Amino acid sequence: MIAYTIRRLLTVIAILAVMSVAIFSITQVLPGDVAQMIVGQFATDDQVKAVRGRLHLDDPAHVQYLRWAGGFLQGDFGKSMMMDRPLGPLIGEAMARSAVLAGISIVLVAVIGIWLGVYAGVRRGTRADRFISVGSYFFISVPEFFWAILAVMLFTGYLGWFPSTGYASLDEGFWTWARHIVLPVATLVSGLVAHVSRLTRSSMIETMQAQYITAARAKGLPENIVIRRHALRNALVPTITVLAIDVGLLMGGIVVVETVFAYPGLGRLLIFAIEQKDLPMIQAGILVVTAVYALANLAADLLYAFFNPRIRYGSSAAH
Amino acid sequence: MAALPLTEATAAYRRAWPASFVAGGTIFGLVVLAALFGPLVAPFPYDQMDIMARMTPPDATHWLGTDEFGRDVLSRLLYGARLSLLMGLGATFVSLLVGVPLGLTAGYKGGRIDESIMRAIDLVISVPPILMGLLLLSLSTPNVWKTAFAVGIIYVPIMARLTRAVTLEIAREEFVLAARARGERLWYILAAEILPNAWPPIIVEAALRVTFAIMLGAALSFLGLGVQPPSSDWGLMIAEARPFIDTAPWVALAPGALLCITVIAVNLVGDGLREILDPRLRKGRG
Repeated sequence: MIAYTIRRLLTVIAILAVMSVAIFSITQVLPGDVAQMIVGQFATDDQVKAVRGRLHLDDPAHVQYLRWAGGFLQGDFGKSMMMDRPLGPLIGEAMARSAVLAGISIVLVAVIGIWLGVYAGVRRGTRADRFISVGSYFFISVPEFFWAILAVMLFTGYLGWFPSTGYASLDEGFWTWARHIVLPVATLVSGLVAHVSRLTRSSMIETMQAQYITAARAKGLPENIVIRRHALRNALVPTITVLAIDVGLLMGGIVVVETVFAYPGLGRLLIFAIEQKDLPMIQAGILVVTAVYALANLAADLLYAFFNPRIRYGSSAAH
Repeated sequence: MAALPLTEATAAYRRAWPASFVAGGTIFGLVVLAALFGPLVAPFPYDQMDIMARMTPPDATHWLGTDEFGRDVLSRLLYGARLSLLMGLGATFVSLLVGVPLGLTAGYKGGRIDESIMRAIDLVISVPPILMGLLLLSLSTPNVWKTAFAVGIIYVPIMARLTRAVTLEIAREEFVLAARARGERLWYILAAEILPNAWPPIIVEAALRVTFAIMLGAALSFLGLGVQPPSSDWGLMIAEARPFIDTAPWVALAPGALLCITVIAVNLVGDGLREILDPRLRKGRG
């Protein structure tokens, strides 16, 4: 387990190193002059030259990369072109706000999704199962941005329960904060819950057919003990992998949801950076999100290994 | 491999397509027809503005109302179908075109080639899906093809991994060993021996990818990184209608509803395909 942890950790570092090169080079091989793009096509040559100087664009590519990557390792994320502020605190604050959304959402997704999946799985073929299945089918087929708009229409426009956009810090009171967070979280959770519950359901159904379940029943154990003690543990192993995939989907969802609800998190910052062609901010933002994602996947893999000792971790035996 | 003789009962069973496949296929067929011939039957040009008829609710002239420029929503919906489907199908095609050969090669050759292909794929997968799209689309002017390509690249890893897993099993079969013993070339073994036996799970996955690609493409358009105005896919239509949802909800609801219906239809087709192609599932249904 320790050797496996170390190996996975090294893989994460390697992935980040390669990704940093990839992110840097993709933003380097763009058609046209980056400096020109930043200042606009009507800028004077002096302005272009000034921007080139500030971004050190005249240095050779590998020097630029080393300066950029080296800065990252020392916690210096560079400076936003548009806002002329250091990116570290800017991204840090935005990320903290996004983490609140993501954290609440993924916990809700796990709890509600697993509960629904188990509930439907052990009642396979009943009306409740069919209701959950059809419901999740529907929820999975509606894109987040459309949910967001429907939610705003209903809860803000029609019922007037929640503010449609914006963010309130906890200092403004818990309820003000919570009211701003309900719709974004609900939107994020809606599609992913369906995802998790569907997979938990099929995993549960498969597990319930295993021989050790029949054996447990034959021992005369009550059904809910069979489910809780024998089936659930094994059925949840694939769910961990699904939750890890969902973290990736969640990050995509956050970009969309933050844009719709004008929630000042990392996703909105990134879209803003792209709209403004703020190169340093795009590079730093994408690298930070990739790092978070890699760590989330690492956590999921370790959990998976922890819960499933049957898996042999040979070099290519893992899928 | 020679086809097994079918008894009459299994033949009849084969002919009965699952209801989900028929229902999904019919709806999706209608959407495809709309995409192909929509512009011909659309009552108005998609970009014709009518300032006097801004944001009119649905009526006899404008069946689905008009948007903030007085453009006919139904006509824009029909034009949008073309772009939305193009992104979904185009992206899936890209992911198949790149992912399947990679998976076949990795699974069949094994060893160092397998290792390097799979590590490269791990890299692509290490970026969350929508961010990969943002990264690829961020600084050049977006258009439909770029978005379709970007979404396709995002799904290459899934296709490659799946193809590799299937190939690993088939590569051990005797007819593959026989082909190798005959001294057939690599591309022949991959394309003529392995692929024909590997495609069922791949095609099911591809059907599912179409729905994800349509949704991701729409989301990117919604964020301004896909189709550019004045032409419009459903995602961009929803984005443009956002400021007016209180006064003119139909402008956002119409493309949203159609998007959901299309995604549900393709999902049904995918489920039906899985049922047709995987006999184990069919028995399990009883």
